Amino acid sequence: MSWIDTKRIFRSGLLNFSRSGVVSVASVLVVTITLCVITFIILLQAVLHFSLAQIEDKVDITLYYTVDASDQQMMDLEDSVKALPEVASIIFVSRDDALTKFKERHQDDYLTLQALEELGENPLSASLNIKALDPTQYEGIAKFLGSDNALAKDGTNIIDKVNYFQNKVVIDRLTNIIESARMIGILLTFILVIISIIITFNTIRLTIYIAREEIGVMRLVGAENKYITGPFMVEGVIYGFIAAVASMIIFLPISLWFGERMTDFFGINLFHYYIDNFFQVFVIILVSGVALGSLSSFLAIRKYLKK
Amino acid sequence: MSFESMYWPEPRRLKLTVCYKMIYFNNVSKIYAPDSVSLKDINLTISPGEFVSIVGHSGAGKTTLIKLILAEEKPSEGTVFFESLDIHNLRANDVPRYRRRIGTVFQDYRLLPNKTAYENIAFAMEAAGKSDDEIKSDVPHVLELVDLIAKTHHFPHQMSGGERQRLAIARAIINQPEVVIADEPTGNLDPINTYEVVQILKKINDLGTTIILTTHNRGVVESVGKRVITLEKGKVVRDDKDGRYVI
Repeated sequence: MSWIDTKRIFRSGLLNFSRSGVVSVASVLVVTITLCVITFIILLQAVLHFSLAQIEDKVDITLYYTVDASDQQMMDLEDSVKALPEVASIIFVSRDDALTKFKERHQDDYLTLQALEELGENPLSASLNIKALDPTQYEGIAKFLGSDNALAKDGTNIIDKVNYFQNKVVIDRLTNIIESARMIGILLTFILVIISIIITFNTIRLTIYIAREEIGVMRLVGAENKYITGPFMVEGVIYGFIAAVASMIIFLPISLWFGERMTDFFGINLFHYYIDNFFQVFVIILVSGVALGSLSSFLAIRKYLKK
Repeated sequence: MSFESMYWPEPRRLKLTVCYKMIYFNNVSKIYAPDSVSLKDINLTISPGEFVSIVGHSGAGKTTLIKLILAEEKPSEGTVFFESLDIHNLRANDVPRYRRRIGTVFQDYRLLPNKTAYENIAFAMEAAGKSDDEIKSDVPHVLELVDLIAKTHHFPHQMSGGERQRLAIARAIINQPEVVIADEPTGNLDPINTYEVVQILKKINDLGTTIILTTHNRGVVESVGKRVITLEKGKVVRDDKDGRYVI
């Protein structure tokens, strides 16, 4: 297509948009609603991601060593656990650290502290806090710890207990909740996006239906398809562009409101997230809006271009 | 400036006598359904420079005939030729180029409502690939020709019926087509505007452009006084060279 054709198509699209009044406003509003839904989904995914990450972070298992396990034996087992591909991180808590923490936790509990004094020695064992990459992998790690691979070199068992089996029900339930929440998020995203696209497509189809006689006239004067389709696609691009800017502006006060009130609940300040990712979100929304507008126009007009 | 010099700045056409077929219907039938026969075994020839009026009752097949010439419909049987071109064997990409050889005027004007008078005409030129300079120079001329220069920046809804029809004629002739098809162009007009439109069509014909006019208006046919084809129930029942309106 030549430069002069492109220029004429753009000029015609701009003029049609500015002269179509209510039809243009209605189309922009519908595309804006669609893009608001997409922006909402992006923020929802962020909230979901951070909330689930926080819950995941709270899930772990702890291995308690026997009191007579030597430092070398504990280090050997630590190395074996660290080498497992499912393990994200481990934290070793020595007997002394465990005692210090215990005392801190019970600093107002005089009776407990006195009982500890009377024992005369540290009754607490060292422990290893293990976090898996994925909550579903804890069972595998627990099985490893219960197997012969976890025995010391001399064949002795230095593991007193692993709290996975006590916490299994809670871990499984949390894992299920996390998985379900992710699935619901994906499903919700899919449904909302599909509904929005259908509504936008139908609105644009309606605007082109209104212009069907105009299209017929253009064909009668011998206009090629690019000359007929082009201006409508330009209008679609304008709808998308204006709607993208509008939805970005609309979400500034919304995210601010949620940021001020719901940060503790969500585990993320939505306003900060929105501002930090403003450019990326804008690009996604703009591309979605422009693609949605122009593609809907293109698909809707094809029907009227048949010979 | 004379009509002639405005329409064809450099006279390039001569008044042609009937010498070859410009539009040729060869045993053409158009059947929408077994009980809905719009045209049946039409054989007719229209030569370059002719002014042909097609008359007939509603449903006689006038509009179908026009649609076949404009490649809007395909015949069920037979062939329609435009010069040596089999209209209905054109590739989809060639149809727009073919339509640019024909100017069209309709009873309901069929103007682009969101474009001004100037832009309506300019659009037809843009579609034909004319340059901006040509558009700037030709559009005012043709607007002057149909006495609409004062309405250059008016939208169709701001114009009267007669003005809209003159604008439609201006758009039809701007690319200097070989044929102008006018489908009931005076159907919505009062007698004065009807007279003006007919006079413009006659002048265009005098300059060598073939005119095909469908009408119900006896006065129009008689004032033109040229060939009249009468259709009845999809058949040609009369083809008079002397402009007689008989239904």
